[in-house]
Parts: sequence; C-alpha cells; structure tokens
Amino acid sequence: MALSEVEVGTSAVVASLELPHDILDHLMHLGFLPEAIIDVLRRAPAGDPTVYRVEGAEIALRRETARHIQVRRTVQNPDQTREQP
Amino acid sequence: MSCHAPSPPPAVLEESPLKSVQPRGRFRTIALIGPPNSGKSTLFNRLTGLRQKVANYPGVTVEQRFGRMSGIRRHDLTLIDLPGIYSLGGYSEDARVAVDVLKGEMPGTPRPDAVLIVLDALNLSRQLMLAGPILAMGLPTMVLLNMADLMESRGGVVDPLALAQELGRPVALISAARGTGIDAIERFLQQRGGANSEIARTLPVIPIELPVLQNPGECRRWASQVSSRTKYKAPASPLWTRRLDSVLLHRVWGPLIFLTVVVTVFQAVFTVGQPLSDWMGNGLTLLGTKVAHTIPVPWLQELVRNGLWNGVQAVLVFLPQILLLFLFIGILEDSGYLARAALIADRLMRSIGLNGKAFIPLLSAYACAVPAIMATRTIENKRDRLATILVAPFMTCSARLPIYTLIIAAFIPNRPVLGSLIGMRACVMLSLYVLGFLAALLTAKLLKSSVLKASSAPFVLELPQYRWPTVRSLSLRLYDRSALFLKKAGTIILAVSFVLWVLSILPLHNGHFSDLAGSVIGKLGHLVEPALRPLGFNWKIGIGLLSSIIAREVIVGTLGTLYGVDPNTQALSLQAALRHDMTIGGAIALVVFFAFAMQCTSTLAVVRRETNSLRWPVIQFCYMSGLAYIAALLTNQILLHLL
Repeated sequence: MALSEVEVGTSAVVASLELPHDILDHLMHLGFLPEAIIDVLRRAPAGDPTVYRVEGAEIALRRETARHIQVRRTVQNPDQTREQP
Repeated sequence: MSCHAPSPPPAVLEESPLKSVQPRGRFRTIALIGPPNSGKSTLFNRLTGLRQKVANYPGVTVEQRFGRMSGIRRHDLTLIDLPGIYSLGGYSEDARVAVDVLKGEMPGTPRPDAVLIVLDALNLSRQLMLAGPILAMGLPTMVLLNMADLMESRGGVVDPLALAQELGRPVALISAARGTGIDAIERFLQQRGGANSEIARTLPVIPIELPVLQNPGECRRWASQVSSRTKYKAPASPLWTRRLDSVLLHRVWGPLIFLTVVVTVFQAVFTVGQPLSDWMGNGLTLLGTKVAHTIPVPWLQELVRNGLWNGVQAVLVFLPQILLLFLFIGILEDSGYLARAALIADRLMRSIGLNGKAFIPLLSAYACAVPAIMATRTIENKRDRLATILVAPFMTCSARLPIYTLIIAAFIPNRPVLGSLIGMRACVMLSLYVLGFLAALLTAKLLKSSVLKASSAPFVLELPQYRWPTVRSLSLRLYDRSALFLKKAGTIILAVSFVLWVLSILPLHNGHFSDLAGSVIGKLGHLVEPALRPLGFNWKIGIGLLSSIIAREVIVGTLGTLYGVDPNTQALSLQAALRHDMTIGGAIALVVFFAFAMQCTSTLAVVRRETNSLRWPVIQFCYMSGLAYIAALLTNQILLHLL
C-alpha cells in the first residue's frame, strides 16, 4: 500500500520509493529509506499535507508525494511517547 | 561500495592555492556546514560577531555569507557559511554550491583549509549522514554536536570521545545559543596542520574507512552503525511540542489561531508601522530642509535637499515596516510556528500553483514588497521562490495608498452602496486590493504553467520543535536584513533619485534651474503624452508617472508641485485641481495603473539581489508596466463609453 493511505495514528515500514532521483535522494536523507519505520502523526487542517515522524523528526509531505512511497503495515505498536490524536 | 581513507591534513594544505601567500600549514579560510535547523546560523553569528558580509555566489541565487571570526578573536580567519543542506548529493543548487566551495572550485571563493560540521545532537543518527561524505573529502574537519545542553536535559546520551574515534576527527559538544563549548573550536583552529598539530597530539586520530557519498542507503547504514557504536541515545521528543501541535494544527482551532496570528501581524504593521513611517518621513523632510538651509550656495542647497536627501528619505521610510515585519517573521520562524503556518496554508497556496511557505511572504507584501521578497528565502524550492518574488509586488502595498486615497477622495462620491453596508469609497478601495490579488494569482498560474513549469522538488516541510525565540537571534536578524536593504537598495535608490533630480532641473537658463514643467523630465512628460492620452492621462500625470519610478508615493508630491505652479488651478486644492483636469475614466485608469505597475526602485533592487540577475527585475518591470498600461487603457476606454 502507499504511505498516503496509512491512517493517522498508525505506523508503517517503508518498502520502496518510486520517485525521480533527486526527490528520492532528498527524501532518503530525511530518513525515508527502505525498512524505516514511519509514524503517521496528523493531517493538516485542510486534510493535506500529512505530518510523518521518521527518525525522530517530523516531516510533512503532500499526498502527491506520499503516494509514491510504498509501505507495509507494522504490527500495531504505537510507541509510548505518542499521544492518541 | 568503495571506501576511502581520509588523506592526512598536510597533503591537503599543500594543495592550497594560498600556500605561497601564507605561512605554510596555517589555516586561513574555514567552512561551516550543517543541515537545516542544526543551529548553524546561530553558531556562525556567535563565531563572527556582527562582522559578516552577505553576497550571492556567482550565477546562482544561493546566498554567500562570510565573515572574520571576530567572535573568538581570530580576525585572521575567514569563516564561510555554506547553505544548510541534508546531503551533498542531489541536484539542488545549495548542494552544488556546497560541494564546489569545499572542493575549491567556486570562482571567487578560496578553498577552505578546514571544515566545521554542525550537527543537531537531538537528531544525531540522521544528521551523521551529511557528515560522512564531508569527512571523506579529507579536509581537516571538526564535528560539532550542537544543542548538547538540550539533548542532555532531555535524557539523550552521546560519547564524544568514542565518536571522535569512529570518525577520526575531533568532536565537541557545544551549545551555539548559550556559547558553551566554543573554546574547543578555538583550540581546533589553533593547530597549524601537520603532525605537530595540537589536536593530532591530544586526540588519537586513527585513519578510518568512510563511505563514499553517492548512496543514501549506504550512508544511512554507516550513520546508524556509528551512532550505535558510540552509544548514542536520542533524547525523548518533548511531549509539549506534540501537545501544542494538537491544538495549533487542530482541525478547527488550527485555522482559527492561524487567522488570528495573521490578522494580528497585519494589524500591527499597519497601526504601528505606517504611522512610524509617516512620522519618520515628516521628520526627515524637516531635517533635510533645516540642513539645506545652512548651505549658502542655492544650487548646492537644491542638490542636497532634492537630489540627495529625497533619495535618503525614500530609503529610510521603508525601514520601520521592514523592521516590524522581520521582527514578526523572526518570531514566527524561530519559535517554529512558521512551519505550522506553511502547513496550514499549503492547500490554499497550492491552488494558485505555489506552496505553503509562500503564504507569509505574500502576506507581508501587503505592507511592503521589499521585506516580502527578502522573506522568500525560507522557500527552498527555487522555482516556487522565484514565482513568489515575481508576484509579490502585485499585492497592494502601503506605498500605493497615498495615490489611491487622493483619487478616491477627489472622484468618488461618499455614497453608501448595498444599503448602508459599505461606502462607495471603501468599495473602490477594496476593488483595488482585489485587483492586485487577482493579478498576482493569474501571474502565478501563468508562471507555473510556462517558464517555471515542472517544479521537480516536492513540497517537503520539516516541522521543528517549538522553541522560545531569543532576543539575540531576533536582533541579529533585524540588523542583518536592514543593513542589507540599506546597502543594496539604498545605493540604487540614491543613484536613481539623483538622476531624476538632474533631469528635473536641466536645462539651465542663465545659470538658473528649469522649473519642473520646463525641464527634461517635463519635456519627457509632454513627449509621452500621446501614448498616455488614450489612458485619460495628461502630460502632468505623465511627469508624475516618470518621477514615481523611484517610489509610488512620489507621484502625489510631484502632482502637488505641478498643480501648485499652474496659475489656473493655484487657488484650488490638489483634489479640486485633479477634478478640473481629468475625467473620472482617466482617474480610475490612474489607480488601476498603479495597482499593476512596478513603480518601485527598492523592489527592483531587492529582486535584482535576491535573484542574482538583471534579467528577472527587467522582465518583471516590463511585464508589470505592460499590464498596467493595457489595464488602464481598457479601464479608460470602457468608462468613456459607459459614462
């Protein structure tokens, strides 16, 4: 499934990224790498972009970008520090 | 994966082009590099004090910032602040500039003799990804873990000695904001390179293998190995940032708070900034007249008061608004709210082809396009930034208000419209605001579907943790931006106002100056009259338009002078004079012209600087003037047939 489809409050593991090289490079350096765990924190009030937490940083991506990141679901274990939205 | 053992410092220094000038092995140029939000600018300010210079790298829009390291009493060392980047790879202009400077391939910039890498200690494993490729370049390098105090207070742990061993480079824990750990940088910079370096003696630096930059996956693996081997424990992310976000980005409260913030900033700039500007303008006029009176030679008096002082005044009246806007933008940015505002505004801005980060700059443009254009630096995507710069001057800035109010008061009856809901005058004023906004919107659409199409970089927004803005950083920012404006725009405005003055007094008649109507500029006004007649403008308006190229509000003063010397209208006030001399169609066409035209030398100067090209300000001037001409022509012709 695509990262854009993951519900708020859950996490996913990056499987692959299908983006042009320079965007890919930028996102990978922000931590969007295969096997990285991504928490979907919240959506902007207008419903898009969405804030993701990766590697301890909070990064917002538009749906048009997030749908090119393929993820798989993790076992539901929201970590202790996260609050329920 | 290919590996690379860093070459020892002496080899690098021998390659330095500066070796013939400088004693061998001494540092002279130091590069400062780090990811965005690592506190790099704070450290740069700390190390250089206020002795910094800002320019653009040749051919690109990347800002070049450098300064003597007076902050640590090393006036012999030049510190170059490289752009904040996440990686050396990729195709961003920023990354290319950083690589070129580090390799010594940037024209006009000496190759750095040593590198300081600033990393955010709160996010070390991710930020180490940038360090790897830089260390592999083999320059003498020190790694600085910034915000170490915050990391420790939140329960993070790192072993700097173990990290130094892993990286083969000295590592220091610092806090740029508080100034702790800076002495370690001083010690590092005291080394003279070579085997007898103090650092080489005190720290066991073992040549190690570092990954070569290309592959982010390898880089990441290396970075996590290093951070786990050095027992790095990331601090707990502060709950209150998340708590604050659940309110500030709330579906209902978020936009409401956002609107409140926006309205407050806007209101403050108008209710505080505008009177300050007016007050400053009046004060300066008074001062200019007083100073001019002390000069005994009449022509010199004229030159000082009208040729030079007017220019100084035109520059300085912008300052209160620039300072206020940058104060607010600074508070928003340093506290972390600016990123949230961009997140909230993104959906709206996307509909006109821009991104959320363009919102605050465009909003600022309603006060003044100059700080707005300077504030576009927060937009990383160069195409979006350029589009924002090009549309910002369409926003109804405060310099348009004098001519708007003059024309509206003279020509629009104060009748209520729509019952008694809104006055006709307010209605016209509002339409002019809408007109400017629509022009901006259409231009943005046009740009994004043509010249600036195919924006390759996506909208990626990092939300930093909330922090209290510090007075030190805010005042530095204000100082920096206003000094930049005064230096770069000031010189151009002075030159333009001087030329305009010379044109307004020549030719000399028996050693006396011409009056405005008989001067070169007056003749030009007559010359352009045929072109302006279809717009409903006479030659006086023509002169007004020519003289207001320096700044929009100048036209009111020019018209005053022109009608003041006209015997037919001498007794009448300027409003009545205009009513006597213009049709309503021409009057409305005049304000429509001002809604679109780029009558502002300061803005052009700032665009020239921010885009680092003459091309964009020229295109912008021609486009906006052309649009203004056509719109005014249509307005006058339509009104001529309607009324």
